[in-house]
Amino acid sequence: MSIQTGISRRLALAAGFGAMMGAAPAFAQAEIKLGAVLSVTGPASFLGDPEKRTLEMEVEALNAKGGLLGRKVRLIVYDDAGDANAARTFATRLLEEDKVTAMIGGSTTGTTLAMEAAFDDAKVPFISLAGAIQIVQPVKKWLFKTPHTDTMACEKIFEDMKKRGTVKIGMISGTDGFGKSMRDQCVGVAGKYGIEILHEENYGPRDTDMTPQLTNIKNKAGVQAVINPGFGQGPAIVTRNYRQLGIAVPLYQSHGVASKQFIDLAGPAAEGVRLPAAALLVADKLPDNDPQKKVVMQYSADYTKKTGQPVSTFGGHAYDGFHIWKQAVERAGTDNPAKVRDEIEKTKGYVGTGGVVNMSPTDHMGLDLSAFRMLEIRNGDWTLVQ
Amino acid sequence: MPELLQFAFSGLTVGAVYALVALGFTLIYNASDVVNFAQGEFVMLGGMITVFLHLAGLPVPVAAFAAILITVLVGLALYAFAIDLARGSGAVQIIIITIGASIFLRGVAQVVFDKRFHALPPWFGSEPIRLGGAAILPQSLVVLTGAALIVALIFLLIDRTILGRAILATATNRLAARLVGIPVRRIVALSFALSAAIGAVAGLLVTPITLTSYDVGTLMALKGFAAAMLGGMGSAPGAIVGGVLLGLAESFGAGLISSKYKDAIAFLIILFTLFVRPQGLFGKKSTERV
Repeated sequence: MSIQTGISRRLALAAGFGAMMGAAPAFAQAEIKLGAVLSVTGPASFLGDPEKRTLEMEVEALNAKGGLLGRKVRLIVYDDAGDANAARTFATRLLEEDKVTAMIGGSTTGTTLAMEAAFDDAKVPFISLAGAIQIVQPVKKWLFKTPHTDTMACEKIFEDMKKRGTVKIGMISGTDGFGKSMRDQCVGVAGKYGIEILHEENYGPRDTDMTPQLTNIKNKAGVQAVINPGFGQGPAIVTRNYRQLGIAVPLYQSHGVASKQFIDLAGPAAEGVRLPAAALLVADKLPDNDPQKKVVMQYSADYTKKTGQPVSTFGGHAYDGFHIWKQAVERAGTDNPAKVRDEIEKTKGYVGTGGVVNMSPTDHMGLDLSAFRMLEIRNGDWTLVQ
Repeated sequence: MPELLQFAFSGLTVGAVYALVALGFTLIYNASDVVNFAQGEFVMLGGMITVFLHLAGLPVPVAAFAAILITVLVGLALYAFAIDLARGSGAVQIIIITIGASIFLRGVAQVVFDKRFHALPPWFGSEPIRLGGAAILPQSLVVLTGAALIVALIFLLIDRTILGRAILATATNRLAARLVGIPVRRIVALSFALSAAIGAVAGLLVTPITLTSYDVGTLMALKGFAAAMLGGMGSAPGAIVGGVLLGLAESFGAGLISSKYKDAIAFLIILFTLFVRPQGLFGKKSTERV
């Protein structure tokens, strides 16, 4: 008898445990799980690092205010170090082990495209923070993105040129991924704006002297402006060499160098350089009636206070991705991935750091050219070109 | 015509730096038969240390002097803790050690400094000098003058001093040098110190033009190595001629042929030299001694 009762007691105990175990997932359901695979370290850390800090800051602020739909948001971040293979592995882990209901991340185009299929299979919405137009063209059902594209930067520059009556230009581009991609996009849309590229030159990502190439551009008759799609230190050296040779026509740089570091590196040579950039960069210079003024000032102040670092447009992309997702969850009233996806696609009039977002079933980015501001460097600082 | 002058000045400036790196290769190669692939990192250290000491508030000349000293110490440490310890091993093993040292130095620089690009103010302003339709930066003249001075000093040292004789003797025959009482290990250490100093000077002279970051050394070492091969490994005049020729070939190649393949020119030159004249322009044909 006593043995029997012992067994039954043990069984009861086990059953109790089972009930508790069963209850545990239900308990965890109270949290909304948001995944993020970012390139926090490695060569793309200038993208992933501010993105991670931004997401952490926003999630913390949201949870401090009581969370989302009365539930806490748990952010799960993995660092792919810029490696597309690692990103793919982390994407699977987020979906199968962590069971996230949405994903913000993919710092680079490479990691984004590597992870896309996993989220498509799992039917979980994925908001990418990478630049290339291939991410949203053609539209993929579960994939969205917040940053503007290289094509838009080209269009913004050509729009400015057209306004000034510039039609014949020279181009010098870096042979790195960014430079090459933007060069191709610019060549692609030049015709649409009636721009003719008279002469083209290249430079390697590690070149230290571009005077021979620029001399050829200078000697090409009829060039009215020069555009330099590029990234890193190359455009700074191009700018220095450009002034050294005394080339008189205007120089356009790309959004790839829209940071204070470019002005520091190029020094006085940067004077008069024009480039397209997100409103975030010139937050304090925007007129008060600018729709983005409030959000960019707020984010800029919060980020600087929290991290002690100057704000970057890349962190801004993460900010926009987070708030687009947050508002979609609020509208859906649930974190059900399919319903949240539908609401993300219905995002209209969201004013973010990257511009005003109006998504649709055919546009999973939702930005237009007004997202870019044309800037000119004056006295070592940005000024808005009206 | 003015564009040719422009290409020439561009090539001379870059070539002068390649020549200094090649000279560093040559000094160490002569003293120890080792090709020191950490030579490019000396150039990086010269630039980066100057930048960071300048940012910390030191005036550029003081920062530059300190950068040379620190780089020399790094060169000596490289000799003492890596090369000297492995002195029983063959040249290939030691060359691989220098590649490891180069990766190590780059990694340390990444942590101690940062991963961004940095510039230094030019010594005599950034207003270019116009000459026959070409525009030359005053800093280019500084680089050319500095390189010429270093080359002159090295040749004086080797030709006119007892120490120089000892270096020459070590280069010619290490065993014989030891037998006549030359402290060969100290001479090899000295060659590392000299190479480090030359690299550091090259780095800090050229940073106002080319900018610098923790990883500029790799390409510098490759280009300097190509220059040394072209001139003839082990020949000091060859290193200088090789460097200048390589710089000119790159800038004329980029200007007249295509800028897409600028870096390929250096490597084509290495291949061509190895096929056609493996001993280089100034190198002696190597003969097996019996």
